[in-house]
Amino acid sequence: MIEVKNLYKRFGDLEVLKNINCRIASQEVVVVIGPSGSGKSTFLRCINLLEEPTSGDVLIEGVNLMDPKTNINRMRQEVGMVFQQFNLFPNKTALQNITMAPMKVRGLNEKQAREEADKLLDKVGLNDKAHAYPQQLSGGQQQRVAIARALAMRPKVMLFDECTSALDPEMVGDVLAVMKDLAKEGMTMIVVTHEMGFAREVGDRAIFMDEGMIVEEGTPEQIFKNAQHDRTKLFLSKVL
Amino acid sequence: MEVVINSFPVLLMGAGMTILITLLSISIGCVLGLVAGLSRLSKSRILSFFATCYIDFFRGTPLLVQLVIIYFGIPDILKDVQGYLVAALGISPFFKNIPVFAAVLIALSLNSGAYIGEIFRAGVQSINKGQMEAARSLGMTSHQAMRFIILPQAFKRMIPPLGNEFIALLKDTALVSIIGFEELFRRGQLIVGATYEAFAIYLAVAFIYLAMTLSFSRFVDYLERRLRTGD
Repeated sequence: MIEVKNLYKRFGDLEVLKNINCRIASQEVVVVIGPSGSGKSTFLRCINLLEEPTSGDVLIEGVNLMDPKTNINRMRQEVGMVFQQFNLFPNKTALQNITMAPMKVRGLNEKQAREEADKLLDKVGLNDKAHAYPQQLSGGQQQRVAIARALAMRPKVMLFDECTSALDPEMVGDVLAVMKDLAKEGMTMIVVTHEMGFAREVGDRAIFMDEGMIVEEGTPEQIFKNAQHDRTKLFLSKVL
Repeated sequence: MEVVINSFPVLLMGAGMTILITLLSISIGCVLGLVAGLSRLSKSRILSFFATCYIDFFRGTPLLVQLVIIYFGIPDILKDVQGYLVAALGISPFFKNIPVFAAVLIALSLNSGAYIGEIFRAGVQSINKGQMEAARSLGMTSHQAMRFIILPQAFKRMIPPLGNEFIALLKDTALVSIIGFEELFRRGQLIVGATYEAFAIYLAVAFIYLAMTLSFSRFVDYLERRLRTGD
């Protein structure tokens, strides 16, 4: 479903991604782990072109995002993203945050958008918060609204960029629970995370990155119990 | 005191004119400022270059000088051009002068547009980058993201500096008395010329300006409080 080929990303002299290659199948949950600055987030952001790769190809269902003829706005509708800092629209209620893009981009009318949004709020357990503004919500609640907002575009794949790193520990569980449900429903997911428990439990595949390269990949079982590379072993010994 | 009371209606008419040109200039200035501000933020180098030139010129030179260039300087050039055209083409002269009101409006609008352009730019840049990324990740075009997500948030932050700009411009309108436009200060000057009551009249003029600026800044405070929902 997603294919990344020979992906390079440079910020000035700094090479953040070096020759990344990977394929992600439909309904697969891929967890990306690795130390800070290893390029995990940049890799994720290249998949919806929030970062423009320096070179290489990113294909989603066979459509190459790097092709200048590709309508990138159209492609981004297929790729939902959840950010570390939530990035909810502060001047809109939870409900409006969710209905905004379906109305403006998918062209739904308000009633349709509301019906869908209500279902999504239900799904993330926040139907009583529909009319709350983001600042009235806890971090965990904001992040769940953000997940609902991304799902409202009916994406085929969801990208999670360290989406629990900015949360109080007690809030993390609620967000992870929503993500587990999504995984069970068969959503294709790429999850950059420091939550190793989640990675082991939910991931179909784990990718370990360091210094802009994929060092090792395999099932979470292989990576966590039987890592082949010293760098992976060292990292895991520190975080587990 | 009597002279102040007697001349008060005339001064108030002047104040009315002061408010009128301030409101008109700010309105046009907002449009110019939006265009200039967004041009400065635009990826197009040419657009951003011209916007920068405009903003630098009108913020970096005195309003008084801009005013006399527009009222005296530009008609001079136009008349020269007209002279050539009349001689070359045999047409009859069609241009005499820029009306005072038009010159005032052009100068004040261009001047406030430059300041407001910077207010717009700063307002837009103050919005967290994550807002644009979130909007784009949902499939919005950069135009939609700007219009539905960034600008509504930025406008709210622009209200206090826009209020300041309004007050600054209102006070600066006194300068247009130099080309004979009869706003509040010019009316005061004319009354002083007739009555020689400089202190009383100019003090009255000052207090009328003060009443206008104070009531406006209270209004801005109120507006700011009302709009303080979410962020």
